[in-house]
Amino acid sequence: MLARRVIPCLDVANGRVVKGTRFVDLTDEGDPAELAERYAREGADEIVFLDITAAPEGRGTILDVVRRTASRAFVPLTVGGGVRSVDEMRDVLRAGADKVSFNTAAVADPELLTACARRFGRQAVVCAIDARRLPASAETDTGVPAAWEVVTHGGRTRAGLDAIEWAQRAVDLGAGELLVTSMDRDGTRSGFDTELLRAISSRVRVPVIASGGAAGPADFVVAVREGGADAVLAASIFHRRMFSIDTVKQAMAAAGLPVRPVAEVAA
Amino acid sequence: MAGSTAAPGPLVAVLDYGAANMVSIGQALVAAGARVVVAEDAAALRGVDAVVVPGVGAAVPAMAHMSDRGLAEPLRDWVRAGRPCLGICLGYQILFERSAEGDEGDADTLGLLAGRTVGLADAPTLPHIGWNTVELARPHPLFDGIPDGSHFYFVHSFAPAPEDERVVVARTTHGRPFVSAVASGSLYGLQFHPEKSAEVGQRLLVNFLRLVAEATATGGGTARTEEVA
Repeated sequence: MLARRVIPCLDVANGRVVKGTRFVDLTDEGDPAELAERYAREGADEIVFLDITAAPEGRGTILDVVRRTASRAFVPLTVGGGVRSVDEMRDVLRAGADKVSFNTAAVADPELLTACARRFGRQAVVCAIDARRLPASAETDTGVPAAWEVVTHGGRTRAGLDAIEWAQRAVDLGAGELLVTSMDRDGTRSGFDTELLRAISSRVRVPVIASGGAAGPADFVVAVREGGADAVLAASIFHRRMFSIDTVKQAMAAAGLPVRPVAEVAA
Repeated sequence: MAGSTAAPGPLVAVLDYGAANMVSIGQALVAAGARVVVAEDAAALRGVDAVVVPGVGAAVPAMAHMSDRGLAEPLRDWVRAGRPCLGICLGYQILFERSAEGDEGDADTLGLLAGRTVGLADAPTLPHIGWNTVELARPHPLFDGIPDGSHFYFVHSFAPAPEDERVVVARTTHGRPFVSAVASGSLYGLQFHPEKSAEVGQRLLVNFLRLVAEATATGGGTARTEEVA
């Protein structure tokens, strides 16, 4: 039976893991390859590197990070952020990544999803969607159907797209997986937006990765059960060691969800 | 890891036909104790102990690249001589005769095993991405030390349907069951990615290298049980 995945996400700038408010007040949290290897050992089903390097001249460092990680951690690696062309995706895959996640670049150039899927297969193409609930549908009991808009550049720019429609279109264009982040919940530790997840997962056949809002193991269970998510991604609760991957997986298993047990890793 | 032993590990050629993440499989094999060369043409197969055919993506461009590089016929000769070969994911699928993944009808593939690669039926999600359980149909040395039902990493939408039940080693269910591992003499095929399957994947690669070493020691490998017409 296919296990529901637990995926730690590492923000990387200039080759180092950073945390803080995105793009500002960044603090150095260590070497990405070392942290990724630790997560793999602790049972991470996959690792996502989000390259938030601001300066173009620093972008090459993510390739070195992937190369060093791939030689030590034998789990799937995804790179998001900064990839804007088929050639750039080729470089990331050649460094040892398995998938590339497109966000702003896909909104700006939707055909990029098609071109990359044609060249590398749709399984390597992830479309990341940052969605924000429209104010009119903020309350569920007002009778206004829930709706979300797509935002880019870390939530600063409105893309003028309906998130559900964009999700379906991204799959049609070539995305083999969707990484759905609720910008309302991101960093708030108030739980995932399960309505958003369900609205998307019920309309596409590709796996949906839930992101944005995890406060504890119970949220992972809800994202899968109520949101229909195939995988759940989180950053701060793992980095700050509030919960281990094992704790999260045990909670999921206790709720009857199939997971890859951490114990099996050490077998 | 086995790489620390005094005797040099088997020399494994990883076929580069433009369809794979060559880095990951190479690094995982090295960590499992192999010496690895990347083979872009038939000349690179000279002197190696085993061939690994990796790959993700679509069968038609993969076969085209393989033919362009003059690799298809030497690979067929290699396998027919009973020498060790491991196909992974797309590299497993193209060991069979045909693939339904063609743009217009079936595409011809290597034809080393009888059967056809077809889309996963009744799959709740496609592509099938993630860790799924591998259920053994029979004990096999590739899985020595690996508990039945262990999770391996999959990423695919198609899988081969072997005609000969005797080659089936393991099955996995996503929607309906499909064959996730085969063995026929020294020819092995895996739908999942051992190089991305953490410790159980590394264990499988160590087992493969041990089988390669045994085949090399007995001079040329085990005769295959049947030949596809």
